[in-house]
Amino acid sequence: MPGIVSYGAYVPPTRLALSMSAGRAPKAGGPERAVAWNDEDAVTMAVAAGANALAGFDRASVDALFFASTTSPFREKQGAALVAKALDLRRDARTADLSGSLRAGTDALLAAFDAVAAGSARRVLVVASDCRLGAPGSAQEQAFGDGAAAFLIGASDTIADLAGSHAFAEEIVDVWRSEGDPFVHSWEERFVVQEGYTPGITEAVRGLLARIHASPGDFTKAALYAPDARSFAGAAAALGLERSALVDPLFGRLGNAGVAFAPLLLAAALETAQPGERLLLGSYGDGGAAFAFTATPHLEKLEPRRGVAWHLARGRAVASYDRYLKARSLDAKEWGGGREPGLSATIHFREREEDIALRGQRCNRCGGLQFPLQRVCERCFAKDDFELVRLAERTGRVVTYTFDFFFPTPDPPTIVTITDIDGARVHLQLVDVKPEDVRIGLPVELVFRRIHQVGGRPNYYWKGVPRHEA
Amino acid sequence: MRRDAIRDKVAVVGVGCCRFGENWDQSPSDMIVDAAYEAYADAGIEDPQRQIDAVFTGSIYSNKGPHECSDALKLFGKPVTMVSNYCATGTDAFRCGVMSIAAGLYDTVLVVGYDKPKDRGVSGPSVMMDRVRDLPQTPAGWFALCAATYFAKYGAGREELAKIAVKNHRNGTLAPNSFLKREITVEEALGARMISWPFGLYDCAAQTDGAAAAVITRADLAPKGAVLVKGVAVIAGPNPQKDPENDFLSWKPTGWAAAEVYAQAGVTRPFEEIDVAQVHDCFTLTELLTYEDLGLIEKGAAKEHIEAGTFELSGKLPVNTDGGLKAFGHPTGATGVRMIYENVLQLRGKAGPRQVRDASLALSHNIGGHPTACGIAILGKS
Repeated sequence: MPGIVSYGAYVPPTRLALSMSAGRAPKAGGPERAVAWNDEDAVTMAVAAGANALAGFDRASVDALFFASTTSPFREKQGAALVAKALDLRRDARTADLSGSLRAGTDALLAAFDAVAAGSARRVLVVASDCRLGAPGSAQEQAFGDGAAAFLIGASDTIADLAGSHAFAEEIVDVWRSEGDPFVHSWEERFVVQEGYTPGITEAVRGLLARIHASPGDFTKAALYAPDARSFAGAAAALGLERSALVDPLFGRLGNAGVAFAPLLLAAALETAQPGERLLLGSYGDGGAAFAFTATPHLEKLEPRRGVAWHLARGRAVASYDRYLKARSLDAKEWGGGREPGLSATIHFREREEDIALRGQRCNRCGGLQFPLQRVCERCFAKDDFELVRLAERTGRVVTYTFDFFFPTPDPPTIVTITDIDGARVHLQLVDVKPEDVRIGLPVELVFRRIHQVGGRPNYYWKGVPRHEA
Repeated sequence: MRRDAIRDKVAVVGVGCCRFGENWDQSPSDMIVDAAYEAYADAGIEDPQRQIDAVFTGSIYSNKGPHECSDALKLFGKPVTMVSNYCATGTDAFRCGVMSIAAGLYDTVLVVGYDKPKDRGVSGPSVMMDRVRDLPQTPAGWFALCAATYFAKYGAGREELAKIAVKNHRNGTLAPNSFLKREITVEEALGARMISWPFGLYDCAAQTDGAAAAVITRADLAPKGAVLVKGVAVIAGPNPQKDPENDFLSWKPTGWAAAEVYAQAGVTRPFEEIDVAQVHDCFTLTELLTYEDLGLIEKGAAKEHIEAGTFELSGKLPVNTDGGLKAFGHPTGATGVRMIYENVLQLRGKAGPRQVRDASLALSHNIGGHPTACGIAILGKS
């Protein structure tokens, strides 16, 4: 029986107090939302969540990667291929993007369960990731949050087995974004809730219950998508779910994370679930989808991982609304985009092993690890005698550093280091850390981020963050 | 290689240097002509088209190649070569000229170093990124990478850097061709806005336009008493950003180039033998490290020597007597030749209020790239 083998989450550490968009000072403990920063997007968050789901699992066992997002940074060019390369998946792992709808995340789950059930894949990694933009000052901006959830789907060693699913499509223009729109549009709120969301999610869940002959009271954890707190409460009441079964929708902490929202809540549910518990997942968007799971005894064997609670406990407040606007390129600039000299796509292609998969090389003669890839050994001068070594899961140590105040960034300075990774020296930017906490010898872990936009497109590379204990 | 191939074989008989600065109203050709014709006059060259056998020119921003120089000076029908080696470009162009004479190829060669960063089509210093993993940072960020490590080990700090900036600003007020002619205080330097820690604004060389030229000839053809080349070396080093063995306490290429040039010049006790030095102060810390990397003082001793005033104009070994890159700015290709110009004036006793008494051996030093190359020239009296 197919089910969930592992899960992982990613929530950006940057949190914007809701009061800031209205020009008011933030209150301690007041409502906030998680916002992707200037070096993050749906792809980088997907890589982070995917890495958390894969921790402790053999990446070579993954037969397919499905990447779900309405905010993939490319209109044409696959996000999944990029995520797969950064996650160091097998070259013949199938990749596909699912997009265009808020239920793309659960669509990806359905496709993964089908592939595993059909025997065409042993393990499938599903990553749902979104960083949707609401227009500055709009209700959408206040409601949206950013994040990603990942699930490893398989038929053995499952922590939660799929008990059934139901999905349907509906044609409605309630929430949409057209070609060229930076911001999500929404029709009148009551229409969206009364004709779109509430009937949509209830039809999905009721269809599921009928299919598996279950009743709402059978579920002790229900992870439901909702556009906002009020419609969440309405849908839960309409479905007759126990209040104690409702997974906290995290409004005021995370925000509506689009295609990743319901999957993130499912990950949160798995973090506290006990074997035998029945879990419900409900998503909405151009129709709806619902899933029933039963937690297995294997759940207790899964090593602790970075899930929703781990990420929610690690936030840093955005200093001002202005910095948020800069980070999301919503500020007015002297120079628009696309004026920089181009970056050769040929270089991007040739250096993909180093830049995207973060592979260095080990010299077969002297044994030294080095980065980047080069033909002649930096230490012993052996020629063309190396094996590739993935560096992304290793721990580095800061050798030296500087704080560059010159380069434009929403929150200067840019922290630049030379970091030693088991003998390989990497010129590495450090993020998610205060300058005063940077020191020689600081242990760092590696995260996949946007490095710059030269050539008018996002360019990805790895950065360091202080190594988290656990 | 033959250590004696260079020493006393080549004389510097003419030098010229245009005013360095934001030369908005001058083209590269204008600056090249100013510097070269001053060097011609200094060398007594009246018919350069006939008397100059070959030209070595250095620039890193020019995209016109050696033609920019040959066309400006109308030096045709003879070899003109452009050299590019980051910030060591000027010294490398000089070295190529010296080698060509020492090899017996030519009698008289013109060396021209120049650059015109203000014409590059970008406003302010460039942030160079031509590959995906290039980090958004400037040369200040490259050269600052020795600071955290050096400060932790040897106890120096931003105050010592500030004193270097104060010295070079002061010396710059004494040089007619310098860009910045304003003295500053340690407090001003420490209080200026941060560029890349620990470099504040005053720790950084300005970006300017400039050109400098030298006429060099066979020593046996030079007038009696002409300044002679004692040694010149340019050495490549590994990129410190990926070099697995870098300790970030010094820049390797300087030590290697110093060993080579001292061997050529027969210098065994540099601190005692060298009377004046122009070193690459693109950033104040680069000058500090260079004191040690050149072997002038012990590793880690810079702090005490800065406090003692060793490298001040009145000190035991004056460094950057014209104010260095700090006061002249750094038109990359020009800088090494500008240093030759200053050292020739010092050795001739013609450096005016900044003259170092009885200077008979003078060193000039460039380091560039990440840094990945160093050039050093030693000139001396006959």
